[in-house]
Amino acid sequence: MEIPVPRRNVVWAYAIVGFFGLVSILTFALHEYYIYLSAYLWFGFIYGMCLQYGRFCFASAFRDLFAVGVPRMVVGIMIATILFAFTSALVSSTGWSTFHPAPTSVHALIAGIIFGVGMVFAGGCASGSLYKAGEGNGVAVLVILSISVTQSIFVDVAGWMNKLVPPSWHASALQKGLPESIGAGDGWVDQYLAGYVWNQPIRTFAQSLGLKDDSMVGAFVGNTLCGVVLPALLLLTVVYIFWVRKSYMKKLTAQGPRVITFADHVRGFWGMIVASKRTAIAGLLLGIACGLQMFVIEGMRMKFGVKNAGTLLERLGFNFGISAKGTVFDPGYWYVTTQEAQWVGWVLQKLGWENMDNIYFGWVNGIPSPAINPADWMSVALIGGAAVMALLHGEFKFKMPTKELAVWAIIGGMGMGIGSRLALGCNVGAFFVRTANGDMSGWLFGLGMFGGAYIGVKFFNWYTERKMAKEMAQCDIAF
Amino acid sequence: MAMTFTKKEEGVFVLDVTGYVCPHPQIYTKKALEKIKSGDILEIVFDNPSSSESISAMCDSSGDPILDKHAEGGRFTFKIQKS
Repeated sequence: MEIPVPRRNVVWAYAIVGFFGLVSILTFALHEYYIYLSAYLWFGFIYGMCLQYGRFCFASAFRDLFAVGVPRMVVGIMIATILFAFTSALVSSTGWSTFHPAPTSVHALIAGIIFGVGMVFAGGCASGSLYKAGEGNGVAVLVILSISVTQSIFVDVAGWMNKLVPPSWHASALQKGLPESIGAGDGWVDQYLAGYVWNQPIRTFAQSLGLKDDSMVGAFVGNTLCGVVLPALLLLTVVYIFWVRKSYMKKLTAQGPRVITFADHVRGFWGMIVASKRTAIAGLLLGIACGLQMFVIEGMRMKFGVKNAGTLLERLGFNFGISAKGTVFDPGYWYVTTQEAQWVGWVLQKLGWENMDNIYFGWVNGIPSPAINPADWMSVALIGGAAVMALLHGEFKFKMPTKELAVWAIIGGMGMGIGSRLALGCNVGAFFVRTANGDMSGWLFGLGMFGGAYIGVKFFNWYTERKMAKEMAQCDIAF
Repeated sequence: MAMTFTKKEEGVFVLDVTGYVCPHPQIYTKKALEKIKSGDILEIVFDNPSSSESISAMCDSSGDPILDKHAEGGRFTFKIQKS
């Protein structure tokens, strides 16, 4: 299908690339430290291009499987995860990895369910909403706003929410020895983090096999082969058996009666993998870029002699919004939701809301100005990269949200905002990055998303059926 | 704009889901295809790019041929025949 591309689209695409190029050059001229932020920017730009090209949305991976029986996105995500796992293993085995595994417990599963329902309602996951915003989609912008505001408020809510905190969490949080300015015993999320999550074990596949994460065997055999490749192949086999096999066999037997052999199924499985070329190519490129980003960021940290961008910002004279530890959010890899919470946190702080007294902002991530926040540069460039790709393919279109979709966007965004704070990450930070690095909590969150998406689709089926029945009745079609 | 399903002529129906994002276009398409008769034509109009991939994959899997695909200005029109 050829889509005509107006000349003005090409001009706009050049303008966006030129703008980001100019930002990189001018800021580098101000100080070499800005190249650190530019690295985030250009990786974000690549992610945006890949996501838009492959229509890469984690929400559709599970949702389209349940709703319309389409497995293309599960396949794309598994390809990306496997590739990312290999590049991560390479980086880990050189000791240059920026990844830190997260605590593993049932909280990741519960958070995944809430997030999964939210992403189906919203019509896109956290990263999917970013790239769709780059296509000019107003609903996606609303989803991003809802995720951002929800997180920012959720992490700072105390008062009546303190009554919902188990006494054991409260006591444990107070024992963590955090500064008084943080107030670890006040606020639901603070006590959840310091009193519960931080007490949970950290488990990687390599460690559970008695191997070290940064050893060659641990990274490639433990975390990549056992932690990613085998589970991903198992998942893809399940998808083939339950969602693809039947229609594939139907196509084969339609050509004439025949006995289906194992070799036929292998061909069917491979056909499923390459069915959507765009998604598969995007998955390949995403996987490589994600690993490369870890390598590049760690390299620059070594060059500048820092462990976190907070030190660079302070050296540049930016002291506002740096956490009590002297850090800002600087994951060193692809991440989506924390920088969204930060920019709203920064706005609220400017409006007079004191939110640097909680663990999330005050102790760990800070709320630096979005203008100098490395992760915000990544997200803005991601939207820009997606916009360039959409413009060049004639797919860019400004779309205002209807009332109906605005409601879904806000509700879904709230679910994703809460889910991502409970899991300490979204479909990217808590699932994609963690699974690719052999972190067991990643699969747990993924399992939760799977369940959440199922619940969300069940609800959507009921909702859309009612509307469809009404429309079809006018055409004398019984529903 | 709200979703509309109309009869264009005998055996030809139009499903307009312009303005809708995922998963609405593909779910409505699936439900419409389930209810129309074999041989009927369903014209879907939508402007959510990622739905084009999902709808194509869905039709390939179900065996409902897509007779025509047209896209212009971010707006897609697919003509599907129910098998």
